[in-house]
Amino acid sequence: MIVANALSKRYAEGLIALDQLSFCIEPGELVLLTGHSGAGKSTLFRLIAAIERPTSGSILVNGQNLGALKAHAIPYLRRQLGLIFQDQKLLFDRSVLDNVLLPLAITGLPLKEAKRRARAALDKVGLLAREKAQPIALSGGEQQRLAIARAVVNRPAILLADEPTANLDSDSAAQILEIFRAFHQVGVSVVIASHDTQWISHLKPRLFHLKQGKLLPPLDPAPALGSTHPDQKQ
Amino acid sequence: MISWLAQHRNALFDALGRLRKSPLNTLLSLLVIGISLTLPSAAWLLLDNVRSLAQGAANVQQISLFMSLDASRQDSEAVAQRLRQLSQGQNHESPNLRWRFVPRADALADLKAGPGMAEIISSLPQNPLPDAFIVDPVEHDAAALSALAEQFAQWPKVAHVQLDSAWVKRLDAFLRLGKNLIVLLSVLFASGLIAITFNTIRLQIFAQSAEIELAQLIGASSAFLQRPFHYFGALQGALGGLFAALLVAVGQHLLTPPVAELVTLYGGQFVLHGLSWSEHAILIASASALGWLGAQLSLLIHLQQNKSA
Repeated sequence: MIVANALSKRYAEGLIALDQLSFCIEPGELVLLTGHSGAGKSTLFRLIAAIERPTSGSILVNGQNLGALKAHAIPYLRRQLGLIFQDQKLLFDRSVLDNVLLPLAITGLPLKEAKRRARAALDKVGLLAREKAQPIALSGGEQQRLAIARAVVNRPAILLADEPTANLDSDSAAQILEIFRAFHQVGVSVVIASHDTQWISHLKPRLFHLKQGKLLPPLDPAPALGSTHPDQKQ
Repeated sequence: MISWLAQHRNALFDALGRLRKSPLNTLLSLLVIGISLTLPSAAWLLLDNVRSLAQGAANVQQISLFMSLDASRQDSEAVAQRLRQLSQGQNHESPNLRWRFVPRADALADLKAGPGMAEIISSLPQNPLPDAFIVDPVEHDAAALSALAEQFAQWPKVAHVQLDSAWVKRLDAFLRLGKNLIVLLSVLFASGLIAITFNTIRLQIFAQSAEIELAQLIGASSAFLQRPFHYFGALQGALGGLFAALLVAVGQHLLTPPVAELVTLYGGQFVLHGLSWSEHAILIASASALGWLGAQLSLLIHLQQNKSA
């Protein structure tokens, strides 16, 4: 569960990235954070992942107040999250299998068990046959699936994805979203930050519209996905 | 516990992999570390051998007690009794000193046996030599020897006590100077070893910045990130220490025959000794600890920079 209360983030230059956000994401929910570039999606992603600290307000992830979390406790929090980064952050000097093994090595899982779980994760995203390949030899969609396999291999309760379909063709984007749907169906909370609502519409997510760091009020009835929130129209 | 052990095993293999990955760099680093450690180790060994050689040199650290010419047999026996008590000290198995009595008649006979001395001695009206004791202390410290000589001089009927204290003091001063120089040399070269490891780890951190950043983002603790570098520093140091030990052993092996020949020419017997097992262990363990320290310093500075970047 993710609970934010009057959550704000201001940078030293005076930029207000997030302003007084309050929301609650229940376990097993599928949430789409949307908004234009600079709306605050990535900042919220970074706050939930404890990569940054809030300036004011609070954010609780699985009951832990991230603003008050001690530095040495942050790695243990992050192990409960599956993070998919905008730039994927793959290790290009390691094989596909080794990339997925990294989170398991961090938890200290014995190698034999780690390999079994890494292969299972690769199988889920359809990359088992490519386990020995180098990431550079994979297509853009395959690289994104590899990033997902690495994020889910530790069986996180929350999956956070920052622009997961950016720069992907329609087929690859559809494959990625199917994978998210599969994890959502087994009870994983999935939070996707994306400005591209078109491909995500069929997942029927709960929508969080962000504009200049503020959370826009939800529309009732639910807006047609793939369209822009009326407040975001320029 | 199992996961902790698995993490340490992984870190060790990771460090070994890094050493193997760039053999030329590893070889050069080991060469520099090995030579850096060889110099103080060899100097230490040299000093230790000089000390042994000096201690083994005949008459250098003996104390001679000359009785008065009017001392009777009973007086000499009284001194012998005191020496007997001193030599037994607190431990019968390792006496504090060894001594022997040289009666005046024997001393005269020895003198007479010298070339051209028989005629001179025969012309003397009486034996001019006193009874004497030759004392060979186990303790070779200059101050202790002087104190012992002063003690002997207080005994009744002891006319003269002879200790070549100037020689002993010179040797002692030389050994102390040598020891200080070795400490200085060791500090300098230990700093060199730390600097080498510091720089190697710095380069590795830069080369692996992407992996380190990713690992931090997905939940790696500081200990997890630092462990392979610590192992690397300690392994590199230990291997450098081993290399230094090998160089010292080779040097000792090459120098033993000529040194033995030289000492023989001076009528002595001496075998150059190498580092003992415990000294080998100290050398390798110290090098390993210094490598670990170099890695730790580098991690403190550069991993923090990487974090804040």
